[in-house]
Amino acid sequence: MVLELGRDLFFDYTLRTVALGSATLGVVSGALGAYAVLRKQSLLGDAISHATLPGVAMAFLLTQSKAPLILVIGAAIAGWIATLLVISIVNNTRIKEDSALGLVLSVFFSGGLVLLTVIQKMPTAKQSGLDTFLFGQAAALLERDVITMASIGGVTIIIMLLLWKEFKLLCFDTSFGASLGFPMAILDVLLITLLVIAIVLGLQTVGVVLMSAMVVAPAAAARQWTNRLGGMVALSVLFGAIAGVSGAVISSSAVQVPTGPTIVLSISAIVLLSITLAPNRGLVWNWIRSQRERRKLRIEVVLNDLYTLASQHEDPRHSHSTAVLEAMSAHRSNVRHSLRELASRGWVENVNSDEWALTSEGVIQARYVAGRGR
Amino acid sequence: MANHSDALAIEVEDLTVAYRDQPVLWDVDLNVPVGVLMAIVGPNGAGKTTLIKVILGLVRSAAGRVSIYGQSYSAQRRLVGYVPQRGSVDWDFPTSVLDVVMMGRYGALGWIRRPGSRERKLALEALEKVGMQDLAHRQISQLSGGQQQRVFLARALVQDAQIYFMDEPFQGVDATTERAIVELLQELRAAGKTLVVVHHDLQTVVDYFDWVTLLNVRRIASGPVKDVFTEKNLRLTYGGRIAFLSRSGDEPAETQIAPHVIEPEEVENGGTGIGERPIL
Repeated sequence: MVLELGRDLFFDYTLRTVALGSATLGVVSGALGAYAVLRKQSLLGDAISHATLPGVAMAFLLTQSKAPLILVIGAAIAGWIATLLVISIVNNTRIKEDSALGLVLSVFFSGGLVLLTVIQKMPTAKQSGLDTFLFGQAAALLERDVITMASIGGVTIIIMLLLWKEFKLLCFDTSFGASLGFPMAILDVLLITLLVIAIVLGLQTVGVVLMSAMVVAPAAAARQWTNRLGGMVALSVLFGAIAGVSGAVISSSAVQVPTGPTIVLSISAIVLLSITLAPNRGLVWNWIRSQRERRKLRIEVVLNDLYTLASQHEDPRHSHSTAVLEAMSAHRSNVRHSLRELASRGWVENVNSDEWALTSEGVIQARYVAGRGR
Repeated sequence: MANHSDALAIEVEDLTVAYRDQPVLWDVDLNVPVGVLMAIVGPNGAGKTTLIKVILGLVRSAAGRVSIYGQSYSAQRRLVGYVPQRGSVDWDFPTSVLDVVMMGRYGALGWIRRPGSRERKLALEALEKVGMQDLAHRQISQLSGGQQQRVFLARALVQDAQIYFMDEPFQGVDATTERAIVELLQELRAAGKTLVVVHHDLQTVVDYFDWVTLLNVRRIASGPVKDVFTEKNLRLTYGGRIAFLSRSGDEPAETQIAPHVIEPEEVENGGTGIGERPIL
């Protein structure tokens, strides 16, 4: 099965084209998506991708051509205008960014849907097929489409790498960057333009509705695993590529499922794994850490109680019964457990059946804990 | 006290800034001599941060002129270092302490060129000056508030500037860090640098600074602390919301006052706790 897939990937023309195209889209949207996520512009990605639809329709109406390059250029122009519109609404009115994004997204997207309906009713259209831009149609990718995608995407990534430190400044500390003399407003528009390009590259494959997932998801997953910008962008690229290829392979192998949604489901699986399993930031890791902390706190409380009790006697190692310790503790059931834990560390000892006393090591530890608490 | 030559580090003339129809700064004139350690004080909304940002060209003015050593800011950019408010950036950004400090060299590096071993060395030296050399490779989200502030100071130090603008460097830092920052500022002044610091705590103005500007949309007064930091000027700046506690012991001379502003937001500032979580 796996071998067969591997062979198909190399020799099946359609599958290879679709896989390469999807991988390209994953790489480019993963790279630029990292910046969008770091700048808290995930919603902007969503607005841009929806806003491209009227651009596709207008491009067709004006040129009567269905050549992907022309449609994608139309999409890019519409996405770009939408972004500038959002920025100018935020700058010139009292409307906040989220409302501005919502407004622009819905106006552009509904405008696009209306135009698509108009086109379909035109006598010349004959099944124009533009509606594939809604959910994408990877199977329609041709080799020359992939080459176009890869070259435009390549240029995008080269610009990103050249302006690495400038974009880092833009994302981390815009006003400091401006004080150094970098034109932050221009860099801002440039980075958003690159994001628009990344989004329109994926429209044919994934479609305007799901494309925002390809901007946000790889980056969100990557952030879980690394604390470096370089690491994050590299991982985001890798996750995007893996999702692209696996989406293409899965959709071609089993029952005929559409490629775009399968790619999005693949990246979602990567996100889910990253959120649960990643070290330091992952949910499992956090749970283990908080359990460990809680247990440590519990046994320290018992140790401290024993020490407090013993201090009231001449002998710091004076023994006391479990019942007394339980009376002092908020969680009675845990006292016995904590005492056994302390005993296994050699900090307390069982004097007789139910009486416990600190060992000399236990006294040192208790003093340390008490001193730290102060 | 440092010698103040006649040269002016910063000259501000008739500066007016407005957000929409609300004036933030109104007809401000300001002359800062070379080599002073100057506090900008004033109530919230007085335009302290805006004044710094206009001088740095980050906010556009409606009218007025700013010059640094007699020329425009854009011509003198390399002479200026900037420490923004600590809370103005996302400290969960995926980067290390060393990397943030190296950003101070980006202006000198110019376009496209990446920081190399020279920048690394300068950054490590700056971190040593602020006592953070051991944390160079730490992820910035793991820093306490005081450590974040030190990182920002180190970043300004590697700019190797003549004039430093600092926006509330003492905000939300512990007493040790405050002491360390004050020493650093005084060292810089001793080295002939000019420092302009937005400051909130009136009680420390006399101890920390030798020059002060009192600001409340208009410039109320500006000059040596001993001449300008008077009860009368403070009342003009803060209106009625000020209580004067004369210092214990001495006769309450005019310069010996320890004024305290009664402002509700002080409680808020103390309570935000941003970045104040302990390490380990």
